[in-house]
Amino acid sequence: MGKTLVEKIFETHVIDMPDENVYVLKVDMVFCHEITTPVAIDDLVSRGLDRVFDPTKIKAVIDHVTPAKDTQTAIQGKILRDWARRHRIEDFFDVGRNGVCHALFPEKGFVRPGYVIIMGDSHTCTHGAFGAFAAGVGTTDLEVGILKGVCAFKEPKTLRIEVKGRLKPGVFAKDVILSIIGRIGVNGATDRVIEFSGELIEQMSMDSRMTLSNMAVEAGATSGVIAPDMITVEYLWPFIKNEFSSKEEACDEYSKWHSDADAKFDEVIVHDVSDLEPLTTYGYKPDQVKPVREMEGTKIDQVYIGSCTNGRLEDLRIAAEVLKGKRISESVRAIVSPATPEVYKKALKEGIIQIFMDAGFCVTNPTCGACLGMSNGVLAPGEVCAATTNRNFHGRMGKGGMVHLVSPATAAASAIAGYLTNSELFKG
Amino acid sequence: MKTFKGKVLFLDRSDINTDEIIPARYLTEVSKEALKPYLLEDLKLDGFNPKSDIEGKGVIVTRANFGCGSSREHAPWALEVNGINVVIAPSFARIFRQNMFNCGMIALELPEEAIDHLFKNYREKETEIEVDLSSNMVIVRSEGKEERIPFSLKAFDRALVEAGGWVEYANKKY
Ligand code: SF4
Repeated sequence: MGKTLVEKIFETHVIDMPDENVYVLKVDMVFCHEITTPVAIDDLVSRGLDRVFDPTKIKAVIDHVTPAKDTQTAIQGKILRDWARRHRIEDFFDVGRNGVCHALFPEKGFVRPGYVIIMGDSHTCTHGAFGAFAAGVGTTDLEVGILKGVCAFKEPKTLRIEVKGRLKPGVFAKDVILSIIGRIGVNGATDRVIEFSGELIEQMSMDSRMTLSNMAVEAGATSGVIAPDMITVEYLWPFIKNEFSSKEEACDEYSKWHSDADAKFDEVIVHDVSDLEPLTTYGYKPDQVKPVREMEGTKIDQVYIGSCTNGRLEDLRIAAEVLKGKRISESVRAIVSPATPEVYKKALKEGIIQIFMDAGFCVTNPTCGACLGMSNGVLAPGEVCAATTNRNFHGRMGKGGMVHLVSPATAAASAIAGYLTNSELFKG
Repeated sequence: MKTFKGKVLFLDRSDINTDEIIPARYLTEVSKEALKPYLLEDLKLDGFNPKSDIEGKGVIVTRANFGCGSSREHAPWALEVNGINVVIAPSFARIFRQNMFNCGMIALELPEEAIDHLFKNYREKETEIEVDLSSNMVIVRSEGKEERIPFSLKAFDRALVEAGGWVEYANKKY
């Protein structure tokens, strides 16, 4: 009987089974940020357990609110910073080197196919794009991960989604994942892993793959995994080139993290995207999805391009293509937040930042900021935002605010129009 | 071990997310106690008033997929500091559910019909629920009457509750 990718990872990492179908796994990486980690650190200190299982396997970043906006966020940063120093955690990314965790950590080469990764952040599922089992956990799981390098999981079943068809011009990974969430619902993959497969996925860039995996949790999934291939190897090559004699060899080695042909999936669905058009959310749940066309004309107050979903270079390039030579509507304020310093630098070099600024965008430093309504673009009650983020929850970007989740192309086009609209890139 | 009983707060909606349970703007609080006034502040539910409806409650009965969204353990903490150690629903989001047990609290799954029954018969009345781990019974008390509904809990979840949480459990064992 064949095995799924996730079954293979569980099998190679299990150290204990305290109950039927409960696996205590050895973790390869524990990622940390300043919102959920300080509480874990404080608790470990107060228990007299201020230790870390392996400082080389812990990576930490201040990303949610940075630079600090007030005393409390400064304290959160300080707790993380002091802890990283005291335990010699070398990969700690402070102001100036920091960016949104799920964009930064892959870019630094901390993810490998077959890894088990935990972080006190629900969008940790993003790293599944590399063929890793990466899952968001709470502060207590994080605490035990830091202390012992283990985490308990019920073995998730796999929902395989075979994405079929080619995308029309102007339709992007964000539209694909919104259509999937709209189809299966916010509860559609709870306690399961989504494995994205199919020809379209095989051709997708890592940036696009991460957009897909990132939002797996919005359908309740534990992780969103994609089998590693040459595109994965190309992305990781600068970090793995000393481990392998050639890219082909690396690709071959990583192919052990593929689901077997006779693996047993919990469910397989075929998702045809041939007719897909740009999508947006309309309510307060990410599965409330409609074509932008049907919402055309919905007035917006703000546009936000950034976050771990769509703040990468590819996203900024697409938005810039739409914005080039144009100005945003007088009735809108628009914000772009490159997800990492590397993205920012490349965007500067390519002239993308110039395009954004000429169009009237505010360019912020890399941070989560407005995505979760903590800084850099919080909405006032009653205001509406078209955002490339991942959550349209009630109050998410500010109390009483409304969020429409869209692709960078739609966000950029809507900024120019002042209302929700499709981009010119879309040839419906 | 914590106590698992109290007056019931009925929340008749599915997919209540952790942003609604405790909004991100309060995640800068460094103590659990500081979260107390903000529990369910952004809940989208007609007729619900967090200012008056939470006080004195010890148990939440709600609908499917409670706790979806963010991984923030601030959600169980905000419940805990308000004296609520039990949430009963047909299903939970994975991370929230695990966080509850990791904190030594209970996220109890009952069949859809049992939840419907609770809503139908008790939501308008003052009701107290006790989750009795020794008999595996949910004991419902209202208007001088008592009803018992059986439940089952995975051995591992029970062990976490009995240990007082995952840190205690793991620190001894691994
Ligand atoms: S960008 Fe938004 S969703 Fe992503 S980690 Fe930051 S706050 Fe969370």
